[in-house]
Amino acid sequence: MTESATPNASELLKLRGVHKSFGRVKVLRGIDFDLGSNEIVGLVGDNGAGKSTLIKLITGVHRPNSGEIYYKGERITIHSVKRSRELGIETVYQERALGDQQTLWRNMFVGREIANWAGFIDVRKEKRETERLLREHMGFTSGAIDTDSTVMFLSGGEKQGIAIGRALHFNADLIILDEPTMGLSLSETRKVLDFVGDIKKQGKSAIVISHNMLQVYPVVDRFVVLDRGQIAASFPKSEVTQEELSERMVRLARTGKIA
Amino acid sequence: MTDAPEPATAVEARPKRPRFRIRNTLETGIFIVFILVWAIFLIGNPRVFTGFHIYYSLMSTVPFIGILALSVTLVVVLGEMDLSFPSVLGITSWVFATTFAATHNLLISGIAALATGVACGWVNAILVVNIGIPSLVATIGTMFLFRGLTNVVAAGNGIALSAARGHFLYEVAVGRLFGVIPAQAIWMLGLGVVFWLLLNRHRFGGHLLFVGDNAESSRMMGINVNRVKSLAFIQVGFFAALVGILSTLEVTYFWPNQGTGYLLTALAAVFVGGTSVFGGMGTILGTFLGALIIGSLEAGIVAIGLTGFWTQLIYGAIITISVSIYALLMRRPR
Repeated sequence: MTESATPNASELLKLRGVHKSFGRVKVLRGIDFDLGSNEIVGLVGDNGAGKSTLIKLITGVHRPNSGEIYYKGERITIHSVKRSRELGIETVYQERALGDQQTLWRNMFVGREIANWAGFIDVRKEKRETERLLREHMGFTSGAIDTDSTVMFLSGGEKQGIAIGRALHFNADLIILDEPTMGLSLSETRKVLDFVGDIKKQGKSAIVISHNMLQVYPVVDRFVVLDRGQIAASFPKSEVTQEELSERMVRLARTGKIA
Repeated sequence: MTDAPEPATAVEARPKRPRFRIRNTLETGIFIVFILVWAIFLIGNPRVFTGFHIYYSLMSTVPFIGILALSVTLVVVLGEMDLSFPSVLGITSWVFATTFAATHNLLISGIAALATGVACGWVNAILVVNIGIPSLVATIGTMFLFRGLTNVVAAGNGIALSAARGHFLYEVAVGRLFGVIPAQAIWMLGLGVVFWLLLNRHRFGGHLLFVGDNAESSRMMGINVNRVKSLAFIQVGFFAALVGILSTLEVTYFWPNQGTGYLLTALAAVFVGGTSVFGGMGTILGTFLGALIIGSLEAGIVAIGLTGFWTQLIYGAIITISVSIYALLMRRPR
C-alpha cells in the first residue's frame, strides 16, 4: 500500500513488509506503513487487530520477524526501547507511566534526571523546567497545580497532559499515544485532544491509537485502519465525514472489507 | 467496535487538592507526636529529663535502632520488607569479633564485617529480585538462615573485644566526643543527613520512590528496576553490618543473639515515622524522629514512675494511633 496522501512530503517513519508472530499466532501480516513529518495519524482497529503489536515494533519493545523499519530514512537495526527513545520516538502509554504519589517535577524527569556527576538531582532546575512546561506548553494556568503537586490529585486528562508534555520536552519527533482518551469524560477528552493538537503545532508527528475513530477525528490528519494483522485502509480525514467514517467502521467490523 | 467507557456526568467531580504536601503533613504529625511524648516525660519526671544523664544514655543506645531504621526505610519505600537485618547484624558481628580476635586490627575486622553484610544483602537481593520470592517471605528465610549460621559458627560462645579499647577506630566508632557525646549519636545524625539527601536529592532515591510507587511505569521510563531493588537490599546488609560493628564495640563483647531485639523496634520506628508500607513514599525525618521516640520510650516510661510492664502497652498505643492517623491522611482521592 503506497500512500500519497501525506500532507508533508518528507517521511519520518516507513515500514515495509513487516511480519510479526508470537509462536503460531501471526499478529502482523505484511505491514506497509508511512508517516510523514508533522503528520498525526489515527491508528484504528478492533481489539486484536494488531495495533499494540505494531506500536511495540515501532517503539522497540518487540523486533519484527521480517520486514524493515526506517526512521528518518535510516533503517532501524537495534530494537530496544532505549534506542527508539534516543532516536526521538516517545510513547505515552495507556497507563501513562506516571508515579501517582510523586510530584510533577519528579514525574517529568523520571529516568532522565538533571543530575551532577555524583547523581545528585538539580531539584531547582527540574522544578523550573517543569514550571515552564506547565505554563507555556501545557496550558496549566490554574494556581491549584504546581510543580510540587502530587499526580494522584490530577484528573485523568491532566495526567495524560503531563505524560504528553514529558514526551514533548524530551524532543521526541514521533509521539505514540496508546488510547489516550480511554475512560475519560467528554471534557477531559477534549483537553487531551488539545494536547495532541500541541504536538502538531510544534511540528512533531504522532500516532494516536484508538478504537474510537470519532473521538480522535478532530485532531488527526489521516486514518489508518488495521484489521486482522493487515492494513485495511488508509485515507486522509478530508476524504470522509464523521458519518461516513462510522459507517465504514461498522461495515468493516461486519464484513471485513472497508469499501 | 466498542466505545470507550465514558463517565456519564458532564460535571467534573474533582477531588480537592490538599494545601499541604502529604509528606510535609506526615512530618509535621510525627514532630508533634515527638514533642508530646517528650513533654509527657518532662512533666512526668522533670528532674531526670532536665538533666544530661538520660540524654547521654539515650545517645549511646538509640543510634543502633536509628541507623537500622534509616536503612530499612529505603526498602520500605520500595514497598518491600526486610526482616533479616537483625540476623545480618548477628553474623557480621561474629565476623567482626572473630577477625579482631585473630588480627587485633579494627580496620581489617571492620572491612570483613561490612563485606559480609554486603554479601548477606546480596543474598536477599538475589532471592527477591532474581528468583522472585516476595521479600517478606524471602527475608523470613534468611532471618533464620543468618541467625542459624551465627549460632552454628559461634556455638553459643561470646567473644570479648576489650583489647579494642583505646584504638583510634574504636574512638571513631563509639568513643565519647569531648568526653560526653557518644560517637554513635554523631553517626546516626550524619547518616540521617546522608539518607535524607539520598532519598530526596539523589537520582537513586528518586528511582526508589518511583519503583515503590509503580514498578511497571518505572520500567517504561527506563529505570533499571531490578538494579534499584537489589541496591536497596544490599545497603541494608551494609548498614546492618555497620550497626553490628558499633554495637559490638560499644560493649566490647559479641554474643550470638546480638541484634534480635532490634527487629520490631527498628520497623516500628519506620512506621511510626510515617513511611508507607505500600511503598512510593517515605520520610527520613519521620524515621529519625520515630527512632528517637521508640528508642527512648522504655527509659522514659520507667523514669516517669510506671513499671516496665507498661512498656509494651504504650509502644502499642503509639504505633497503632500514629499509623491510623497516617492512613487517614494518606487516603487517596475517589
